[in-house]
Amino acid sequence: MNYASYITWIPMLPMASFVLVGLFGRKYFKNLAGVIGTIVLLAITVLSFITVYQYFFVDGKVNDVYQSIIPEQYSWLQFSPNLSIDIGIVLDPISVMMLLIVSFVSLMVHVFSLSYMKGEERFSTYYAFLSLFTFSMLGLVVSTNIFQIYIFWELVGISSYLLIGFYYDRPSAVAASKKAFIVTRFADLGFLIGILILAFNAGTLDFHTLIERLTNTQSSQFISITTSSFLGISMLTWALILVFVGGAGKSAMFPLQVWLPDAMEGPTPVSALIHAATMVVAGVYLVARLFPLYSLDAIVLNIVSYVGAISALLAAIIACTQTDIKRVLAYSTISQIGYMMFALGVSRYGGEQGLGYMASMFHLFTHAFFKSLLFLCAGAIIHLVHSNEMKDMGGLKKLMPVTHVVFLIACLAIAGIPPFSGFFSKEEILTAAYNSNKFIYAMGVFTSMLTAFYMFRLYFRIFHNKDSHVEADHSEGSLSMKIPLVILAICTLASGFVPFGSFVTSDGISLTTHVDIVFSILPVTLSVAAILFAAKLYYMQNELPGRIASSLGTFYHAAYKKFYIDEVYLFITKKIIFNLVGKPAAWIDRHIVDGFMNLLASITAKISEMIKGLQTGKVQNYALYFFGGIVGLAVLFIYLWK
Amino acid sequence: MSEIPLTHILFVSTALFFIGMYGLFTRRNMITMLMSIELILNSVNINFVAFNKYLYSDQLNGVFFTIFIIAIAAAEAAVGIAIIINLYRGHHSIDVEDAGEMKY
Repeated sequence: MNYASYITWIPMLPMASFVLVGLFGRKYFKNLAGVIGTIVLLAITVLSFITVYQYFFVDGKVNDVYQSIIPEQYSWLQFSPNLSIDIGIVLDPISVMMLLIVSFVSLMVHVFSLSYMKGEERFSTYYAFLSLFTFSMLGLVVSTNIFQIYIFWELVGISSYLLIGFYYDRPSAVAASKKAFIVTRFADLGFLIGILILAFNAGTLDFHTLIERLTNTQSSQFISITTSSFLGISMLTWALILVFVGGAGKSAMFPLQVWLPDAMEGPTPVSALIHAATMVVAGVYLVARLFPLYSLDAIVLNIVSYVGAISALLAAIIACTQTDIKRVLAYSTISQIGYMMFALGVSRYGGEQGLGYMASMFHLFTHAFFKSLLFLCAGAIIHLVHSNEMKDMGGLKKLMPVTHVVFLIACLAIAGIPPFSGFFSKEEILTAAYNSNKFIYAMGVFTSMLTAFYMFRLYFRIFHNKDSHVEADHSEGSLSMKIPLVILAICTLASGFVPFGSFVTSDGISLTTHVDIVFSILPVTLSVAAILFAAKLYYMQNELPGRIASSLGTFYHAAYKKFYIDEVYLFITKKIIFNLVGKPAAWIDRHIVDGFMNLLASITAKISEMIKGLQTGKVQNYALYFFGGIVGLAVLFIYLWK
Repeated sequence: MSEIPLTHILFVSTALFFIGMYGLFTRRNMITMLMSIELILNSVNINFVAFNKYLYSDQLNGVFFTIFIIAIAAAEAAVGIAIIINLYRGHHSIDVEDAGEMKY
């Protein structure tokens, strides 16, 4: 079967569903909206599986190297014979993998939402937005050129904004959606400038041509971009840094991570889809997509790895102190994306050196399953308890047996305990870091220990700790909530055993991976120790956590307050930018721009006041003026105009 | 009998034109104003016919124009009278001084 016969349907079906449900859903088929969305997602998930099968097992490989295939492409805006913006679909290992993840996780979330969002006033709107998001995300991953990715990048941004602010009657949700939009938009400015620099120097927007031209050190484009410089840094470095800023904003990397914890104001399934599994890894995906370029520049790779490692560590520390379960998960997402980022940063292009790239994509793959599982579990718990706070939970093990088991599986996976999936991907990342940068490796191992601690703190406080005092008005949740949980749990168990290195590598040549038992001893031991420590602290209610917190004093308080990063942003925006830029700008606007307009208006008013006496309302006066005018013109043309 | 020179005819038409103009500016009755406009149009007609006769006697263009103008004058009179009727309905008068709403 030819790709072209079905590949276009994958992004277009959710688009059609968005238009249909968005325009008519609320009025005509309110309760069917969920079913329509789910059926569409089921269809594209099947198509994605077909694509995966066909690409990886049938015709993706030529001479043992995975090729990038472009089954659909047409020129959308032709600027000049050489430069056009195209819209197309590219299939290569990472885009096919992302197609699978996005459509599959989205399907799970659609099914889960059927009962989670039941009875919601804007049920159909919710499904319309979910479809819009799925469309944009699928469009993003299959983009053939950097401008197309930018368009879809903004589209996922707007769907994220819409879904975070879904409960628009809550002021906190409105504030969170604005914050998410502004922070990512701010980062996208960097991305756009980066695109312009790359496109200007390379003379193309197409990924394939761009990479081909700029990786060839003999080409004129490469010479021009590396020799021209700004502030002593070459244009290539600038472009890559700026593109990375865009990626860091979307992926909530330090110091642009502030929006993601607040984004938890959205409905929980949305958090599972957008803010855990798919959209937030778009930054990682972007760096991976341009990886041949990134690997040219060691400085940028260092920046990427340190930003990733710092985000991973910082978020893990903050996660240990938070009490809102969704916020813990949000910080853990930042931390795990930090892992993916620094794995890319320590990687190089091709062969054994490309282990980090493969590890990053592997972690993206496994993380998508276990993190969306964790979020959906959190959704099920919140659905039952009607609260996000840990203190309202505890002892839920008896009430929610299924959720308990799958949550435990996901926790073990994220903590990196063999044989769960997180173990395999995290080991690859740590191996790559160990081979390249020992300092980053140390941060990675420490973070992985913290990860185990805070996840099991979460687990014990939700499911054990004290006897449940929740008066459940309904049981654990209907079948449509349980089925996605179980399926995702199975994926979490199985996805670690995928021989990922033979599918996704930086250069398309398969890479054999092996678990080195000696190497894994240290991280696994630390994780197990952290789990035991968490069990000691939180299995039963006791005073130990409080005492430890007070002995850590300031540090604990700082971590609880998220290291005051939000406050720093507020200080910079409210005190510095508003006072130094905003107020002068407002003054200029009010007094100079508006003043000029007011002046024009008042001059006009005065003149009209003066000459309005001419308008007598007597038709004969007008005729007289008219006649006078004609006489004047006649005199002018006959006697004066020579 | 010697031929009447062109200037005489032009004199008549100019006189007619200014009589019409005077009527248009001084009369307050709209029907009289309409009649003054007819006078102006007729002075133009005389011009056309006279120039056609004296300058291009082998052609008929001027005469055609005159016929056009007469036709248009008829149409214009119809429109004008319709306006006057509407004005009368609104103001119970056809005095232009009474219709002063479009004043500043």
